[in-house]
Amino acid sequence: MQIPYTTTARPDTGVYNAKLGVWFFLASEVMLFGGLFSSYIFLRIGAPVWPGELGGEMYVRAHDILNVPLATLNTMVLIASSVTMVMSWASLMMKRFDRYRLYMGATVAFGFVFLIIKAFEYGSKFEHGLFPSESNFLAIYFTMTGLHALHVIGGIIVNAYFLGPGAKMWKTNPQQFTNRIEVAGLYWHFVDLVWIFLFPTIYLL
Amino acid sequence: MSLKAFHIFFIAVAALTLFGFGVWCVLVGGTGYLVMGVVSFIAGIGLVIYGVKFLQKLKDVRYL
Repeated sequence: MQIPYTTTARPDTGVYNAKLGVWFFLASEVMLFGGLFSSYIFLRIGAPVWPGELGGEMYVRAHDILNVPLATLNTMVLIASSVTMVMSWASLMMKRFDRYRLYMGATVAFGFVFLIIKAFEYGSKFEHGLFPSESNFLAIYFTMTGLHALHVIGGIIVNAYFLGPGAKMWKTNPQQFTNRIEVAGLYWHFVDLVWIFLFPTIYLL
Repeated sequence: MSLKAFHIFFIAVAALTLFGFGVWCVLVGGTGYLVMGVVSFIAGIGLVIYGVKFLQKLKDVRYL
């Protein structure tokens, strides 16, 4: 059976089916992260002092607890990964498969760099006895950044598949493969965009 | 919305965030934060230039 509208736009929606599907999925993701952002706002409004007391000390600024330089570095890494992701898609449209592999490889590598930096950040918190159970601030910090990190892991798995075994489709159906990379790129951009909102909300404000 | 359109939106939001972070660093003060602020401003300007060039290069690609 032939799956319809994998390469051409469906007349009533104006886009191919995978693109419509990923946007529905991203809409559900907006609701997931939106709920957590709402929780963050309500926790913060209800707290007399934010981040509040931790280990017997009172903190009034999040950046006295969290590592802003590492988070800034991670922000730069994710922005760079978005650029390489879109470049990999543009390379396929220009029929440059060699460049696609280069850019997609860089995107996967940037994803791993993000996770390694995040692991250092978490490790430092745990060494100082800062666990999610310590305060509402740490609970929402670990929940939101942890869920985001899980999404990064998911993106790495998908991108690594398209870099490795999934790339075989380029020989049999290049247009559908290009569309798959666009869809993967939309997801990756969403994950990066979530971080762009998380960074100032949790670390700076 | 195509990846092209989403990428432009992302670059615009990222550039605004970097400029905002630069201002935040200046307000907080201290040598380390000032250096990060300057780097953020430069990166923000770099993103704006990149965004314009990206639009020029992919002008034939649809936004939908």
